[in-house]
Amino acid sequence: MSNEHPVPSEQTAEQQSRRRWMSVLSKADFPDLDALWGNLPSKPAWTVVRPPEIGMVMVRGRAGGSGGRFNLGEMTVTRCAVQLDDGALGFGYVMGRNKPHAELAAVVDAMMQTPSRRDTLERVLIAPLSLRHDARTDQRGRKAASTKVEFFTVVRGS
Amino acid sequence: MYVAVKGGEQAIENSQKLLAEERRGDTGVPELSLDQIREQMALAVDRVMTEGSLYDPELAALAIKQACGDLQEAIFLLRAYRTTLPRFGVSEPIDTGHMAIRRRISATYKDLPGGQVLGPSFDYTHRLLDFALAAGDTRPVADIAEQAVDSGMPRVTDILNHEGLVEVEEPESDDTPVFDLTRESPRYPADRPARLQNLARGDEGFLLALGYSTQRGFGNNHPFAGEIRLGEVAVEFAPEELGFPIEIGEITVTECQMINQFKGSASQPPQFTRGYGLTFGHCERKAMSMALVDRALRAEEFGEPVEAPAQDEEFVMAHSDNVEASGFVQHLKLPHYVDFQAELVTVRALRKQAFAAAEVNPVSDAAE
Repeated sequence: MSNEHPVPSEQTAEQQSRRRWMSVLSKADFPDLDALWGNLPSKPAWTVVRPPEIGMVMVRGRAGGSGGRFNLGEMTVTRCAVQLDDGALGFGYVMGRNKPHAELAAVVDAMMQTPSRRDTLERVLIAPLSLRHDARTDQRGRKAASTKVEFFTVVRGS
Repeated sequence: MYVAVKGGEQAIENSQKLLAEERRGDTGVPELSLDQIREQMALAVDRVMTEGSLYDPELAALAIKQACGDLQEAIFLLRAYRTTLPRFGVSEPIDTGHMAIRRRISATYKDLPGGQVLGPSFDYTHRLLDFALAAGDTRPVADIAEQAVDSGMPRVTDILNHEGLVEVEEPESDDTPVFDLTRESPRYPADRPARLQNLARGDEGFLLALGYSTQRGFGNNHPFAGEIRLGEVAVEFAPEELGFPIEIGEITVTECQMINQFKGSASQPPQFTRGYGLTFGHCERKAMSMALVDRALRAEEFGEPVEAPAQDEEFVMAHSDNVEASGFVQHLKLPHYVDFQAELVTVRALRKQAFAAAEVNPVSDAAE
């Protein structure tokens, strides 16, 4: 669904790729991410630049869905920044208050910026997480589809 | 005015211990877990998140447990907690047009593209108590269709737009500041973003009653439920250090688009006008009530007379918040001993004067 959002054209291809993997990492179920991470054969050392911190983001809506912006309410978000030994900086911004999730998302974000690691990580971590997310969405969508109804208008007095 | 009083520390401590024991209830009954509340009291959780103005199902579940199921108290707890957290920023506006839909109905079109999707709803239940639930250990299984619902379902309002039959909601410039009542005091007249934020946090019961009052003729606005949709939307946020937005998660929201007859004015042709409701989670009654009141509060914009409570923006906005309302009503329980002593003196003095006056000139009032 969200992949259909128009991406502002000023973003570079690199930014668009990063935007995608960071989104996948944020939206992943933490147990899935943690399990796939546990299976990775080689993991780099990292330094926590900004320890996981819990805060909020104000969620905005639009009047009528398409009109003027308004503040709907806040959501909890946890963020974290890490640095790998090769200097790559990674950020994690994750809904909720799960600090390990934010840190792991930041580590994988940093690793994804190392070209030699990217293909493998994409295959063993990002793609499976993305598939699981899509499968959950599809499952909900199929249950909803089972409740699709046809209403008939009954003509009176005929 | 109430004044600080000293003493009672031991009584207060013991009162809290008693509350804790009563909260737990019979220890022979297993204690509620937050998972149970989140999973099985989901609509209570949704209401607490919406009016507590903080999306976090675990915290809302904790608040409900701590408040012994008193949802307004739980809302207060969540509001208090949110003041302890820093704000990282504001999200991009959520795109409800790209919602992963779980429920979507329209009372205005039976054959709308994408179809009517009932989703999980009380609407068609018989409201008979289900004693199977009393027995417990139920494991109901929903049906699963071959194909998921369409991902890009058009909004009913967009369908009407094609004929120019409904007012168009245009986004304002991105540079326009958006009023935030958590940071600024309300000003009257308020703009629509301020009203919508206020209504989104507002008490469901209060908005339900106001919405109902408009239907009964107090600010009649001839509404139709153009569309109600429930589902998940991604929240995009652009962290400063990145400079581009990423999706930080998905939230469940309920959206209601009310459409209302409008006979036109000097500057506008006859068309349908709109009222909008949006909540966290599945809060359908709240979203519908919010949409009714949003439209009622637009009376002035459409040149309609402002006569009913639901059309009076200061009345609605100043009284919609149940944390404020509850605080002011319940503060009456706090010691007002000095105040009351002062009033006693005043009332005694007035009575003395009144009796004295009556003795001197018993018919003076009538003579005037």
